Amino acid sequence: MEESGVRSGRHFMMGNLACAEGAIAAGCRFAAGYPITPASEIAHALAARLPEVGGYFLQTEDEIGAICAAIGASWTGSKVIVPTSGPGISLMLENIGFAVGVETPCVLVNVQRGGPTTGAPTMGLQGDMVQPRRGSHGDYEIIALCPWSPQEMFDLTVRAFNLAEKFRVPVFVMSDAFVGHMREEVVIPEPDQIELVRRKIPETGTDLGRIRVFLDEDVAPMPVFGRGFKSHVTSSCHDEHGNRNLIDPTALDKFIRRLRQKILKHREEIVQVEVDSDKADLALVSYGAVARCAKEAVRAARSRGFDVGYLRVITAWPFPEREIRDLAGRVKRILVLENNSGQYFPYVRAEAAGLAEVEFLGPEVLGQVHGLDYVVGRIEEILK
Amino acid sequence: MNDRVPEHPLRKYLRPSVKGTGFCPGCGDGTVLQCILRAIDELKMEMDDFVFVSGIGCAAWIISPYFNGDVLHTTHGRPIAFATGIKLNLPEKKVMVISGDGDLTAIGGNHLIHAARRNIEMVVVCVNNGIYGMTGGQVAPTTPRGARTITTPLGNLENAFDIAPMVRAAGASYVARWTTFHPRRLTRSIKRAIGKKGFAFVEAVSQCPVQFGAKTGAGSAVEMFEMFKEKSISVEKASAMKPEELGDRIVVGEFADRDRPELCEEILRLKRGAGRGP
Repeated sequence: MEESGVRSGRHFMMGNLACAEGAIAAGCRFAAGYPITPASEIAHALAARLPEVGGYFLQTEDEIGAICAAIGASWTGSKVIVPTSGPGISLMLENIGFAVGVETPCVLVNVQRGGPTTGAPTMGLQGDMVQPRRGSHGDYEIIALCPWSPQEMFDLTVRAFNLAEKFRVPVFVMSDAFVGHMREEVVIPEPDQIELVRRKIPETGTDLGRIRVFLDEDVAPMPVFGRGFKSHVTSSCHDEHGNRNLIDPTALDKFIRRLRQKILKHREEIVQVEVDSDKADLALVSYGAVARCAKEAVRAARSRGFDVGYLRVITAWPFPEREIRDLAGRVKRILVLENNSGQYFPYVRAEAAGLAEVEFLGPEVLGQVHGLDYVVGRIEEILK
Repeated sequence: MNDRVPEHPLRKYLRPSVKGTGFCPGCGDGTVLQCILRAIDELKMEMDDFVFVSGIGCAAWIISPYFNGDVLHTTHGRPIAFATGIKLNLPEKKVMVISGDGDLTAIGGNHLIHAARRNIEMVVVCVNNGIYGMTGGQVAPTTPRGARTITTPLGNLENAFDIAPMVRAAGASYVARWTTFHPRRLTRSIKRAIGKKGFAFVEAVSQCPVQFGAKTGAGSAVEMFEMFKEKSISVEKASAMKPEELGDRIVVGEFADRDRPELCEEILRLKRGAGRGP
């Protein structure tokens, strides 16, 4: 095995294991988590693999302990991952907001299941699609990616680390039980073929009073611990040097606006969609496991002579506004497919307003994949 | 700058921007702050040898923004969890958590006992004032039974945590308790805690005249000091007494000082075993 720990080559691999291998390939050397189905295999793999590459997996007393330990580790300069499922994210949300507020790179994997409450741990719903964007208190921006295959569990985990490091922000990998437990071919490239980003860190000896280390819209270097910077890192509203300011509304205004702007300003670089639609009567919009059903339904509908396109959302947050708007300008109607009761749908409908008619199609049974005949049947009904 | 006024010998450990503290008049946090800095000074250590972590509340402000070192001011109840991630990745640094009894034993109680169980090397200084100070004098898990607070106006019906023995039972290597009436012994225990390989916990029973004193009738800072003096009893003496004899005495001293396997060292052994360690 290479010193990098990268298991290059072709594998037949479960999505959750591909995610763990993606983390190791991305340079992650610390993970923390609490057992939860359907995400546990990621932790199992990391617990065995990380010590081989000089890292460690900590099984914490709860999910709150996991996210906090991971953020602490990230402040030492490590790349960190926290694998979990929806209920775990629910517990972590306050501290995910903390990570946003003090600009901590970290990767969170949500192998989604059905809820509310304990729900069904063994069934894959896209049950938490708005949670990463709006779950924590306050106003903030976040990045969330949606893999649709074991291969993308690897690829998008690597990308999640790169985005987290580059923008000093928590990045979500929004998988679900279908993708997490799916087994397919996964090709892991040679280490030198994997693009890796490392966060900017000030040079040793830098006087932090003289440079911005927070709230820079072009992402400030991170004054990690242990290198003599004497960093002051506080969850309270702070200025660009980390000084707490609780009395000046303009300080709060900058604290909120600049953190949001840091992501929004770079959205072109962050947002990824897969589009196969010029002018069409109808386009299907979907993401994750459901996008596989949608793509197959489009193929089948086209073979029957229907003019159908599709857009697969790969970056769910920040919301692909321009891409949805452009699509809505080209097509007459949009059908949003999700394995939930319509969580992402209102955002698509709002963005397409005035340009295209948008409707929602959940699966016949929540927690099951959309059947091919069911989706094609709906396409035919719409276009008849 | 007046040349005739010598700088306080501990001033060098505070951020240059610090002009004064935000502590209430009579608060014990200043005493604890001094004891910690004196311990660091007497050990001839630098602030860069440490990473400091605090939660939310009055005692959390002891280090943020005053200490001139790496400081992480975290969310309520979670400083030990954050400190765990820091220590695992910077095992060569001393990680010190300073927070209050509400932060560490109420919302953060789970992290406290599990860090003690893991016996991860860190120093936790718990300033126990028996009440929620910053949020206005609400009942804490350390508030004496019967005491009136803003949320127990008819008297507290619940029993109080006896923190130091609880942390000892959870597995810590070093546990001590003193009051702000014992600054020298408190300093000595913090020094001992800093030198300890393992989870080291120092409880500093402290006065809060503005909330605890006013709400419960315990009185002024001076009156509470006198109460600490009168009620304190050494752990050695207390061990020979029956609970009914002990009553509401404050047992002080060292509750544990023992050597047990420490988590970071155990991980290092594991990594060596995996053939990848340093």
